[in-house]
Amino acid sequence: MATTSTLDTLNIALPAKLPLDSGQELENVCIAYQTYGELNADRSNAILVCHALTGDQHLASPHPITGKPGWWQRIVGPGLPLDTDKFHIICSNVIGSCMGSTGPASLAPDGKPYGMRFPVITIRDMVRAQIAMLDVMGIERLHGVVGGSMGGMQALSLSANFPERAARIMVIASTARHSAQNIAYHEVGRQAIMADPAWQGGDYYGSGQTPDKGLAVARMAAHITYLSEAGLTEKFGRRLQNRPNGEKGEKSFGFDADFQVESYLRYQGLSFTDRFDANSYLYITRATDYFDLAEEHGGRLADAFTDTKSRFCVVSFDTDWLYPTAESRNIVHALNASSAPVSFVELSAPYGHDSFLLNVPALDRVIKGFLEG
Amino acid sequence: MSVLRPDLEVIARHVPAGSRVLDVGCGDGELMHVLAHGKHVDARGIEIDPEEVERAVARGLSVMQGDANRELTAYPDDAFDYTVLSQTLQTAERPDLMLDELLRIGRKAFVSFPNFAHWRMRLALLWHGRMPVTSHLPVTWYETQNIHHVTVSDFRELLRQKGVSVERSWFFSSSREIGAMGANWRAEYAVYLLSR
Repeated sequence: MATTSTLDTLNIALPAKLPLDSGQELENVCIAYQTYGELNADRSNAILVCHALTGDQHLASPHPITGKPGWWQRIVGPGLPLDTDKFHIICSNVIGSCMGSTGPASLAPDGKPYGMRFPVITIRDMVRAQIAMLDVMGIERLHGVVGGSMGGMQALSLSANFPERAARIMVIASTARHSAQNIAYHEVGRQAIMADPAWQGGDYYGSGQTPDKGLAVARMAAHITYLSEAGLTEKFGRRLQNRPNGEKGEKSFGFDADFQVESYLRYQGLSFTDRFDANSYLYITRATDYFDLAEEHGGRLADAFTDTKSRFCVVSFDTDWLYPTAESRNIVHALNASSAPVSFVELSAPYGHDSFLLNVPALDRVIKGFLEG
Repeated sequence: MSVLRPDLEVIARHVPAGSRVLDVGCGDGELMHVLAHGKHVDARGIEIDPEEVERAVARGLSVMQGDANRELTAYPDDAFDYTVLSQTLQTAERPDLMLDELLRIGRKAFVSFPNFAHWRMRLALLWHGRMPVTSHLPVTWYETQNIHHVTVSDFRELLRQKGVSVERSWFFSSSREIGAMGANWRAEYAVYLLSR
């Protein structure tokens, strides 16, 4: 298996229909994934990395559309925290997404794109698909599952619903349930997409028009939640943007991007539309909004972990206000109440929720220590 | 293996193999490491300093970052065979309530603390009239985390009031174990094994 920069995405067609929490079934499910490092003879060294909301399987290889390095490039490799000399790292694209796994842009059995006919999926549905993928791969028990943000929700859901399948569960900057505030921010994004006339009820595939404006606004709103106020202030403050002709920036008394932070957000929003499908954004944000691990287990979070055979490591960041430390503590208290071995650390980093994607050396040490300990 | 602090060494020696232990204020997990690897103890820890926790997690130990004054309430009764509070009692907001929690969560508890009635401390206070700074307690009064200065006699009185049983006790002076006789003025620090 190559770990070079030109890593191809692999595909697995699930052999059976995928049952969903909604009661529906999904046929002909395809999972797109990549692997790094060799699987050992007894298939015991596999680590599943679960990506965040708009992430994908390009964990440590350049993104085919943006050309940017993999989203955890600095974590995965020989001698790195996800050590490819020791482990077989698997990263698959979640169902509902748009990077090769079955999602709203995929063709339904009638040969036309699903669009909004795609069934509403949950985090547990994503995990079911990943377990079905592991079954095809013949991997009975994972050495570990690692996930940040929505990836952390998948790691928790996997431990609760498939307690035998992983020896270690690592949950970074995540939560056991979406708060009203989390849902509120997502709703702003969804409404922005659905208010774009180009959305066309989700039936825009092949129409030559995509709801880029709505999707860009959704991304802009979400992006603010990924950063910290201190980080934004340090990076932009109230500084004004230079004019396109190079003149020093000043207030236009209009609605151009006068402030650097405006220009930054517009860029983040627009560049996102190049690589992401608006309907996937609707479906995946919905999946995270529905996530409530306690609710799935009679209302008591500790009961989600009664059968667990895993060790846990929960990490939060002190500047993350999207999934603040209190959410991580909530998980940890439940794990303690069910006597599961758990570590918890709140790391100090200036970047807000995005800290799990950025250079925080303490996170590297904790990941490595937990997976190799 | 690194050399353990004498009070931790006593605790490590007397924790039975295979038991479940919660080390409250575990630092970077020095004691837990010895217990987990030497005695197959299921060791868990709580530590307030994130850098210490990070080091403990990087050693593969199960450590919770948190304030023991608040976190202990989240643990169920009898969750552990032993709880350990080494050199931390004097930093607790309410040492008496901390003791209750230790013996609620664990069937037995090891507690070690510096003895503020040691003769050097008494002499320093008597001669200089100032809070002593010794090799064992090297921090000045305004910087110290030790907010409840306890003596061996004070601790015995607290145990008596609470009806806590002393299974065993050990006393140390200059890292050497000494007898219980005159411990209140001779011991620099003490280790107790307590039960309900």
